[in-house]
Amino acid sequence: MDLTFNADEVAFRDELRAWLAANPVGTAPHGDEDAHYAWRRDWQRRLADGGWAAVHWPAEHGGRGATLTQSAIFYEELAAAGAPLPANVLGLLLAGPTIMTWGTPEQQERYLVPILTAEEVWCQGFSEPDAGSDLAALKTRAVKDGDEWVITGQKVWTSMAQYAKWCMLVARTDTDVPKKHQGLTYFLMDMEQDGVEIVPLKQITGESEFNELFLDGARVPDANVLGGVGNGWKVALTTLMNERSGLAFFLQVRMRQLLDQLIGEAAERGLLEDPVVADRLGDLHLRCEVLRLTAYRGLTAIETYGQPGPEGSLTKWMWSDTNQQLTQLAADILGPDALTAGAPWAFELLRARGNSIEGGTTEVLKNIVAERVLGLPRAGR
Amino acid sequence: MHFDLTEDQKEIKRVARELLAARSSWVRVREAAEAGAQYDQALWDELAGLGWPGIAVAEEHGGQGLGAVELEVLLEELGYACAATPFLSTAAAAAAIQAAGSDAQRARWLPALASGEATAGIGTRALCADGIGAQVLVLLDRPSGEAVLATPNDTDVAPLETIDPTRRYATVSGGDAEPLGNGGATAVAAGDRVRAAIAAEVVGIARRALEMTLAYVKERRQFGVPVGSFQAVQNRCAQMLLDTESARSTALYAAWAADAAPERLSEAAALAAAAAADGGRSVTASAIQAHGGIGFTWEADVHWLYKRAQLDAALLGGARRHRATLAALAAARVA
Repeated sequence: MDLTFNADEVAFRDELRAWLAANPVGTAPHGDEDAHYAWRRDWQRRLADGGWAAVHWPAEHGGRGATLTQSAIFYEELAAAGAPLPANVLGLLLAGPTIMTWGTPEQQERYLVPILTAEEVWCQGFSEPDAGSDLAALKTRAVKDGDEWVITGQKVWTSMAQYAKWCMLVARTDTDVPKKHQGLTYFLMDMEQDGVEIVPLKQITGESEFNELFLDGARVPDANVLGGVGNGWKVALTTLMNERSGLAFFLQVRMRQLLDQLIGEAAERGLLEDPVVADRLGDLHLRCEVLRLTAYRGLTAIETYGQPGPEGSLTKWMWSDTNQQLTQLAADILGPDALTAGAPWAFELLRARGNSIEGGTTEVLKNIVAERVLGLPRAGR
Repeated sequence: MHFDLTEDQKEIKRVARELLAARSSWVRVREAAEAGAQYDQALWDELAGLGWPGIAVAEEHGGQGLGAVELEVLLEELGYACAATPFLSTAAAAAAIQAAGSDAQRARWLPALASGEATAGIGTRALCADGIGAQVLVLLDRPSGEAVLATPNDTDVAPLETIDPTRRYATVSGGDAEPLGNGGATAVAAGDRVRAAIAAEVVGIARRALEMTLAYVKERRQFGVPVGSFQAVQNRCAQMLLDTESARSTALYAAWAADAAPERLSEAAALAAAAAADGGRSVTASAIQAHGGIGFTWEADVHWLYKRAQLDAALLGGARRHRATLAALAAARVA
């Protein structure tokens, strides 16, 4: 047991802190989503210039070869500095590592650098209207036509599609297979073409972080197949495995900041003396700390055993649950002030409902815990 | 950053698990409990012979010279076994006296506690675990939070029959208590060590309840399938794991902080106490529920764990007061 950072980790953190101090994030533009996104894109360019865009990437690809703990420190410090997630977060976290694992030397040469600089933004074309938690049920078809593939189908929950140059697209290339996760292929699809229509999806906050993607004769050259035809399930798993590490630390620090803000609001209203309010705030503090500690336990498990221990499956579930409780308590403490249109707390309250759905619903996470961690027999589906 | 046991600590855990599986089966626990809250004397003699009660006591006082994390490991395993011994109180009191006692207090109590010749009680005047038969008591009910020492010679220690007969409880009345060392912050920290120790025991209790439940729901069949294949049962088990691991993360943190980062101990102990007090009760209650009708019978052993978890929560003073402490700490940081 040693919950302090070692000399390398402290040096990494101090170098990052010094860089963040010399390169202040600035203030986020409000109200205009495009302006906000441009700000995040600019921020990533600055990170890339400083060599901080993808610390977890190997040095040969422009990263720092950071350890898992250093990556965790990176996200904690970024969040603590009030920085946004880099604009091309899906490229940095998902597309880049997947291309490094499965891509040909030509593909790596072509795609990795523009990901790092946010010159080319990536989106993820996995989910479909009838294939959410059950990804292998996807229906989007890819049919060979000469040395190209012709794509037809619909994707949904595609964030950043309006800014993206490339899409990580999984489509069915063979329907005559015994199991549904066979016959899938992973494509790197150019978003800037006629066969791709992007329709923003208005969410319960009134904003549009996500899009629907209508694919009608979109074309992808053979050279843009990643990891081989018919191998899409395995390649997609590589992407999904990269989805949650690192980000957890960013989100956990963000939640801590939100809780501190709420404590400030409660103090202003003289509610810290209210035993019910204090009890709930104390519970949220406990949950934030458990989340932080459990995330570090998970890191150690991965560093030691190469895979997360039982705690690894629990943090996303606990994070979403805690964020929902936190924002609900804000509504109790602030009353109508938290519920007026445009109020930041109103946004947080509504946005938190998505937390237990995006990136794996809580129900599915519990199934995963029950079956893969606890070894319970597979439930009837 | 390494949030896991060392190889040596894992070895202690493995040895403890094997020994207790062999020596403290449910049959033995049940015999001791049904005999009217008797301790398993043979087991206690063996543990004392191995030097376990003095694991966190310095070698100069006859202990093993190890630390709070090693103590946490043993407490988890003793909790897992629900062993009918005064280990929790004796080892925790020894750790508290080692950390905060005066030279005279250390010389007087540590060699006897480390060797198991003497046993201790911990808790409050209203509820003192292992108080019957103990030669020294570490009491935690001062409003200042300071732990204090009392002896049965100076106070009136009376048996208290609780719902948990795997351990002897007492009430303490009258008489004077003496400060631990010079009192003050060191004595408050000693109280935090005791609470961290109780929380560690709860982690073991919760883990046992979860493992017994998993074994049962994989075996028990209804409607032609194991009940563990029903999602409602699975979700309950997943929640049990979440509560157990939350308690473990905080208990390990508190144990680590006790020796390595004393400035973080008061917060870490409050985290561990709050997580354990509520988590232990809900995990063991879920174990009864998931066992169905059999879980409500005296024959199924899960009730011993539920009862121990209830008493440990009471010894911790309940989760609410620790959440209040945490809220105050967080508020002070924000202000």
